[in-house]
Amino acid sequence: MSYSEKLIDHYENPRNVGSLDKNAADVGTGLVGAPACGDVMKLQIRVNEQGIIEDAKFKTFGCGSAIASSSLATEWIKGKTLDEAETIKNNQIAQHLALPPVKIHCSVLAEDAIKAAVADYRAKHAGKSEAAE
Amino acid sequence: MATEAKNMAQGEKMNGANRPPLPIYLDYQATTPTDPRVVQAMLPWFTEKFGNPHSRNHAYGWEAEEAVEKARAQIGAIIGADEKEIVFTSGATESNNLALQGVARFYKDRKNHLITAVTEHKCVLDTMRHLEQEGFNVTYLPVAKDGLIDLAELKAAITDKTVLVSIMAANNEIGVIQPLAEIGAICRERGVFFHTDAAQAVGKIPLDVKSMKIDLMSISGHKIYGPKGIGALYVGRKPRVRLQALIHGGGQERGMRSGTLPTPLCVGLGEACAIAQREMGAEAERLKRLRDRFYAQIKKRLPEVYLNGDLERRLPGNLNLSFAYVEGEGLMMGIKDLCVSSGSACTSASLEPSYVLRALGVEEEMAHTSLRIGFGRFTTEQEVDYAVEHIVSSVNRLRAMSPLWEMAQEGIDLKSIQWAGH
Repeated sequence: MSYSEKLIDHYENPRNVGSLDKNAADVGTGLVGAPACGDVMKLQIRVNEQGIIEDAKFKTFGCGSAIASSSLATEWIKGKTLDEAETIKNNQIAQHLALPPVKIHCSVLAEDAIKAAVADYRAKHAGKSEAAE
Repeated sequence: MATEAKNMAQGEKMNGANRPPLPIYLDYQATTPTDPRVVQAMLPWFTEKFGNPHSRNHAYGWEAEEAVEKARAQIGAIIGADEKEIVFTSGATESNNLALQGVARFYKDRKNHLITAVTEHKCVLDTMRHLEQEGFNVTYLPVAKDGLIDLAELKAAITDKTVLVSIMAANNEIGVIQPLAEIGAICRERGVFFHTDAAQAVGKIPLDVKSMKIDLMSISGHKIYGPKGIGALYVGRKPRVRLQALIHGGGQERGMRSGTLPTPLCVGLGEACAIAQREMGAEAERLKRLRDRFYAQIKKRLPEVYLNGDLERRLPGNLNLSFAYVEGEGLMMGIKDLCVSSGSACTSASLEPSYVLRALGVEEEMAHTSLRIGFGRFTTEQEVDYAVEHIVSSVNRLRAMSPLWEMAQEGIDLKSIQWAGH
């Protein structure tokens, strides 16, 4: 399978690899996928008081496309508000990385990871007023 | 590739100091380069000696026929068969199809049951499925964790209606060698034909159809440093095995496989067998040494690497390893200078990992982390050492970015987590 230069760059030089303290109040964590399916993504966000994603980190178990999709996702959500981050769609990721058709599910997983991290942060914060998704 | 590999084997100067030419081919169970000696033997039969081996009326035909018959004898010799028992085919897939369908259909008035194993190559399993659709019954024997079938289960599965048992000699993914002589003895005693797909085993381990009581054996050219597009089926004459042809026409190959024989390919397969027969002992020893060198270094430098399939009852040039917490395809992308295969079938739409590993009881998550590494005739020690370095650094890099590795280090039991899947 031949991959795009952007994909290979994200695989070889992944952005924002690492972990944030999942117990910290300002951190939201999304863990999606399953080892049995061959893909697991952990995506974390640190959100400031203005509701802006200040930092994002990921760790991924998966193929090159999964690693690149999650790397790109962290790059895109940094500096965005939670609402803006939630608007990122898998097809934007797939298009940017020129994912082959059999790898589209990797971009779906990255979108899910963003949504799960945001939901986790909201669940920690909004408390009673805003129901967890 | 072949010439390059040959040069390396002869120890010629490499480009650069300590780096072998890249990429490094470590996928010898997928295919092998045609040995340059085989190519040399083939060449005249393309051009000046182009006759049809079935032409009975002139010298061109006679010399081609002589060449084909010499090849037939060379093929027979490596498995202890008579040349009259060798049928040329286009490859092991056709040989397996001919053996299974041919025997099943010929004896269908009396018998309608076949036995095979779940770890067989797709061309056996798929053929069996088709036979099931035709009305035959097929038993699929399971394998143990080491990859071997249980002989007691085989015995129990044989009935009065069983016509054929088909168990591969050596597995293409895990290299595990089945107890052929024992299976042969059981089958002979019960009056059941024994077919073995020996595509991976011929020329790698000693095989003898007579003492192992094998009635049919599939052979591949390109797995043994011969050309692609040629194979053979051994069809025993004592006891006589009869089969219905799949390809009809001029009645060549004693009516079992019509079509003009491709003289250069036949000569190539014959020469490949002759070389393998001469060099098998020394080559097996050398490959085992390279494999053990590779495996020892990997084990020493990486924790949580697991071998799939038995180590002892295994082809000398095969390893199948699970690198826990690192997905196989992701790993392959990191070691792009190495040509290996992954047990993670993530490239297919199904997302199903290797059915062979699953049959051994390897967990799906572990199957996704596996690589098949195949060493062969032109693999050098330098390549092995380079491969080790490359794999160790890639596994370490990918583990550092694996959430599963992180959780395992934190002592979290991955099985305790409710995974969503997708």
